[in-house]
Amino acid sequence: MNIFDILQWARGTGLQIAVVIFSVGVLIRLLEMWMLNRKPDLAEPRASGTLGGWRTVFTRSAPSMVLMKKAGLLLVSGYIFHLGFFIVLFFFAPHIRLFHNMFGVSWPALPNGIIEIITILSIGALFALLAHRIMNPVQRFLSTFQDYFVWLASLLPLLTGYLLLHTSDFSYSQMLTAHLLSVELLLVIFPFTKLMHAFTTFFSRWYTGAMAARKGVTV
Amino acid sequence: MSDDKTLAETLAQRGISRRSFLKFCASIASLMAMPPAMAVEMAEKLAAARRQSVVYLSFQECTGCLESLTRSHSPKLEDLIFDAISLDYQETLVACAGHFAEHILKEAIEKNDGKFILMVDGSIPLKDGGIYSTIAGRTNLDILEWVAPHAAAVIAVGSCAAFGGIPKANPNPTGAVAVSDIIKDKPIINVPGCPPIPVVITGVIAHYLTMGTIPDLDELGRPKVFFGDSIHDRCYRRPFYDQGKFAKSFDDEGARNGWCLFELGCKGPTTHNACATTKWNGGVSFPIESGHGCLGCSEPDFWDAGSFYTALSAPTKDVANWAAIGVAAGAAIGVAAGIANRSTKTETKRTRKPLTVDDLKGKPKS
Repeated sequence: MNIFDILQWARGTGLQIAVVIFSVGVLIRLLEMWMLNRKPDLAEPRASGTLGGWRTVFTRSAPSMVLMKKAGLLLVSGYIFHLGFFIVLFFFAPHIRLFHNMFGVSWPALPNGIIEIITILSIGALFALLAHRIMNPVQRFLSTFQDYFVWLASLLPLLTGYLLLHTSDFSYSQMLTAHLLSVELLLVIFPFTKLMHAFTTFFSRWYTGAMAARKGVTV
Repeated sequence: MSDDKTLAETLAQRGISRRSFLKFCASIASLMAMPPAMAVEMAEKLAAARRQSVVYLSFQECTGCLESLTRSHSPKLEDLIFDAISLDYQETLVACAGHFAEHILKEAIEKNDGKFILMVDGSIPLKDGGIYSTIAGRTNLDILEWVAPHAAAVIAVGSCAAFGGIPKANPNPTGAVAVSDIIKDKPIINVPGCPPIPVVITGVIAHYLTMGTIPDLDELGRPKVFFGDSIHDRCYRRPFYDQGKFAKSFDDEGARNGWCLFELGCKGPTTHNACATTKWNGGVSFPIESGHGCLGCSEPDFWDAGSFYTALSAPTKDVANWAAIGVAAGAAIGVAAGIANRSTKTETKRTRKPLTVDDLKGKPKS
C-alpha cells in the first residue's frame, strides 16, 4: 500500500466511516441527554424561560470583562482558537468545495492569505492554551489524558492544513493524506470526548438561562 | 540491429553537428539537475558509446506510449538519439512479421545477453493463466519471464507497465499487474504517464549510457529528476491557487483569466511528472496550459481516483447519503437508548427502598 492508496482511502471509505461514526455518535448522545426528561417545574414563572435561555446563549458567548481581568490569556486564546477554527473550516475555498460536493450548497470564500494568517493565529492560540494548562498548577492537576489528546486532535488538522500549502519537505499527497486522516480522527473521537461541547455548550447555556429566567434572575 | 558504430559516428552520418549534440546534452543535463560541467562529460561518454541494444515488449496496452515516443515533434534530436539506439525488437515497428519477428527477438536476446535494456509498455494479465493477452501463442507473463532475466535493466514505459494502468482499473477483469509485480531481481525504472513524456525516456537512457547506472528513483520507482516535483509545484497557474482565485467552470471569467483549475478537479497537487517543465509537442504546452486540469496519469491507479472533475478536497465516494444514514441510525439508537434509560429510571424509582436509621446503624431490617 503506497501513499496514493492511503489518500484514496482517506478521500473515500475513510471519510464515509468517520462521518457515520460522527453522526451516529452525536445523535445518540444528544438524544440521550434530551430524553433524560427532567421533572416539570410547576412553580409560576416570573419571566419567560425561553427568552431568558436565548439571552444567555448570547450573553455567555460574549467576552466577559471579569474573566478578561482574571484570566485574559485563556479568554483571548480561547476566542482566537474557536473563531479561527470555525472561519478556516467554513471559509477556505477547498473546504467550501467539499461542502458543495456533499450538500450542494456553497458560499463565498476568504482569500487564502487571510485563511493562512487565521490558521497561524489559531495554532499559536492552541499552544498558548497548552502552555497555560501545563504551567498553571490547578489546571495541570485537573487535566487528564483526554485533555491532551483532544488538544492534539484539534491541532493536527490546522497544522497539516497549513503545511499542505507551505511544505517542501513532504509532498502534497502526503500532507493531504495526513490532513484528511487528522480530520477523520477528529470526527471519530468527537462524540465520545469533551469535543461534544461544540453542541452541548449552547443547550447548556440555554438551560441555565431558562432556569434562571423562570426564577426572575438574569444571567 | 546493433552495430559497432559509436553514437557520434551514427549522428555524424545523419548530419547532426557536434554543436547540436552538445546542446542536446546540455539540455538533458540541466533537465536532470546535473552540474553544467556534466554536459561535456555526458557528450563525451555518449559520443563514445556503442549503440545500446534495446528490446521493447508491448503487452496489454494501447500503443499510445509508442506513439508518444516515435511521433514526438520530429525531427527533434532526442528522436534521433532514440533512433540511434539499436531498437532490436519492437513488434509494431519491426519490418518483418510472424516467425521471422520471433526469431529476431530470440537473436537480440542471445546477442546482447545481460547487456540490453528491456523496455516494456502495457500491463501483464495474470487471471485465467494470463490468456487475455498473448503473442504468438505465448502469454505476456511467459514472454516477460523469459526475456527479463537476460536484460541489464528494465524500463517500464507508461502507467500500465509501471502501475497496471487502465487495464488494472476496477474491476480489473484480466487480473492486470505491473512489471514490478513480477520481476523482482532486476533494476526497474518506472516512467509512468498516459502516455509518458518522450524526453523523459531519452533522458533515462542517456543517463544509463553516460553513468552506467540507473538514476535515483523515488518510492514508486520513478526517476527523481523528472518525477521529483509535482505538477502543482511547477505550474504557472500556482500564484492563482495561492491567491485563492479559482475557475468555477470551464467557461467562466476565471477560466478565461487563466485562474487555477483546482476546483474543476485538477490533480496537479498530487501528481508527480515533468509536464509543467518539459511540456508536450516540442515544448508547445501541457494540459493545464490548454485549460484542462491534470488527470494525474503518472500516479498509481489514477483511473480509480474518483472523477477527473472532482476537486481534490472533495470526497471520491458518496458521503452525504452515508451522513444521512448515520443521522437516521443515530436518531433511532438514541431514542431507543433514551427509552431504555427512562425505563431504568422508572424501575430504579419503583424498587428504591428508603434509607432508614437502622440501615445507618448497620442493623438488619426486620
